[in-house]
Amino acid sequence: MTMLKTLAPYEFKSSDAVENYKGRQLLYVNWERHRMFSRPFVLALPPETPFSEIVDRHMSECFSYHPDWQQIDWNTVIWQNGDQPFSPDRDKSLKDNGIGHKDLIRFRTPGLDGIAGTGY
Amino acid sequence: MDMKVAKKLGLKERYSLMTRDLAWDTTFQKMADVFPQTTYEGIKIHDWDKWEDPFRLTMDAYWKYQSEKERKLYAILDGFNQNNGHLSVTDARYINVLKLFLGSTPPLELMAARGFSMMGRQMNGAGPRVACQMQAVDEYRHFQTQIHSISNYNKYYNGMDEFAHQQSRMWYLSDGKSFFDDAITAGPFEFMVAIGFAFEYVLTNILFVPFISGAAYNGDMAAMTVGFSAQSDEARHMTLGLECIKFMLEQDPDNLPIVQRWIDKWTWRGTRKLASVGMMMDYMLPKRIMSFKEAWEMYVEDNGGALFKDLARYGITIPKCFAQTVEEKEHVSHQSWIGFYMKPGATPFHTWIPTPDEMDWLSEKYPNTFDRYYRPVLEYLDAQEKAGNRYNNKTQPMNCQVCVSTMKFNEPGDSMEMCFRESVYRGEKFHTCSDHCKEIFDNEPEKYVQTFISSHQALQGNCEPDGVDVDAPDYRPGARMLDYWRLDERATGDFNGSDDQKNFAVWREQATKN
Repeated sequence: MTMLKTLAPYEFKSSDAVENYKGRQLLYVNWERHRMFSRPFVLALPPETPFSEIVDRHMSECFSYHPDWQQIDWNTVIWQNGDQPFSPDRDKSLKDNGIGHKDLIRFRTPGLDGIAGTGY
Repeated sequence: MDMKVAKKLGLKERYSLMTRDLAWDTTFQKMADVFPQTTYEGIKIHDWDKWEDPFRLTMDAYWKYQSEKERKLYAILDGFNQNNGHLSVTDARYINVLKLFLGSTPPLELMAARGFSMMGRQMNGAGPRVACQMQAVDEYRHFQTQIHSISNYNKYYNGMDEFAHQQSRMWYLSDGKSFFDDAITAGPFEFMVAIGFAFEYVLTNILFVPFISGAAYNGDMAAMTVGFSAQSDEARHMTLGLECIKFMLEQDPDNLPIVQRWIDKWTWRGTRKLASVGMMMDYMLPKRIMSFKEAWEMYVEDNGGALFKDLARYGITIPKCFAQTVEEKEHVSHQSWIGFYMKPGATPFHTWIPTPDEMDWLSEKYPNTFDRYYRPVLEYLDAQEKAGNRYNNKTQPMNCQVCVSTMKFNEPGDSMEMCFRESVYRGEKFHTCSDHCKEIFDNEPEKYVQTFISSHQALQGNCEPDGVDVDAPDYRPGARMLDYWRLDERATGDFNGSDDQKNFAVWREQATKN
């Protein structure tokens, strides 16, 4: 229950409601144990965007600076949506993969733990 | 006949005449209607006269003391500037501390001035009202003197001229802005706990380590003097904050759980705000004073611990976040620096990789973490830079909905894992960086759904310079972010090869050689 106390009615919209994105939705992506990237990155994309575009274009542009990127065996990658296990279909859209507004996609690459195994 | 000499007034009488004696209770309007803010937060005050005035400072004495301090300060600033004092700092990397400070601190002093002006109107006891008015003037003075002391550097170095424009726009300044926006939109008692107590009392010493001592160690007499000039004011502010806490707790037992929740909230919000201060101490000062970890131990764990022991008699317990802050003191400065280093094109100050002897200093100061987690990646990035492949990440960050820090902190107890927390409010997901930020969100979601997150706003098309048509078919959100920020490109990038580095070397050579 809210603990907010106010002197007057207090009704404000969320700054990041999906309707503010004109047909697109926010998506966050994090590569676990590769904290050279400091934090997840955010994109605004139409829900029809194929998942393959996230991997081949956006993740590749960001993460290929890391020497582990070339070593990834994509068959062993473990995906999560938030804290839930998740098996994305590359050829399906975000929407058909069940990815909603402000979802956080996390992926683990077993055996690849960053520079010298530091998690970075 | 003997001359009748009026008896000189004692301090107590003078104080009484010039503060409480000037106040009155309204009769045409109900007091509750004139001062609605002091009741709606749930804090119960039965007798405002029980407020103890720790300093008994009257306005006439206040002006006298402050004007003396100002005269001394500006004499030193003039001398420093006229003698090209900027060339006496340790090395040009130091100036980046001033750039980060200029964007992040004076605008918050101004917010504090606004906040205490509001408190000066909202409190219905004359004692706290006068004290808040003086603090408002102090904060305004700090805001001005900080800018004046740094303005001389602005003549010579890049990246300082648009700090006021950048304050409410730049991604990395959002955490401090959010901190004060949150405090100032709370009621007067929560504001006093947030700023007067948690920030001024528990955490302000940490902020002053890099600024006053750091300036002194690195030859910046100007910034050092500003710090010293502010310090006697700070002592008064700390006392006001503590007095307010004790007053609330003594007035009614129902106030305790409310005050405790605010202490928990604001100690944590302040801790998050200080991550970048840690980075100044451990990475940006060419000559280090102490590590952030050591400062945390001295000022927060020891001094703060003693303070909370003292408050235990009122039923106050140590803030919930305390254990997590102790764990994080070994990590946050490194995590912050990597977060800034990866974005050389997105800040008006430079970043760099520490030199080998600086890395050895970090190993010595952080025996549990630096070599294990941070040295290898810094050495890797250093090698990349030397090979012409300097790290320059182009992505937009994910931020915490409450503290607006980028989501860069580790899971408590596991330094390899990132920490993510999530809440759902009215069908929308909200992400936070920690259990403490999640709790703050869950307590008052109506407030935090409004958070301004720079990367999100850019993706909505709200961060564009004038003249950009966001409905044009070829519009790309964020493509002109640098123009929107008014970011001078000369101020961006690695320190190595920067204008500042070259100019400083040339000018120092001219000043010291024939």
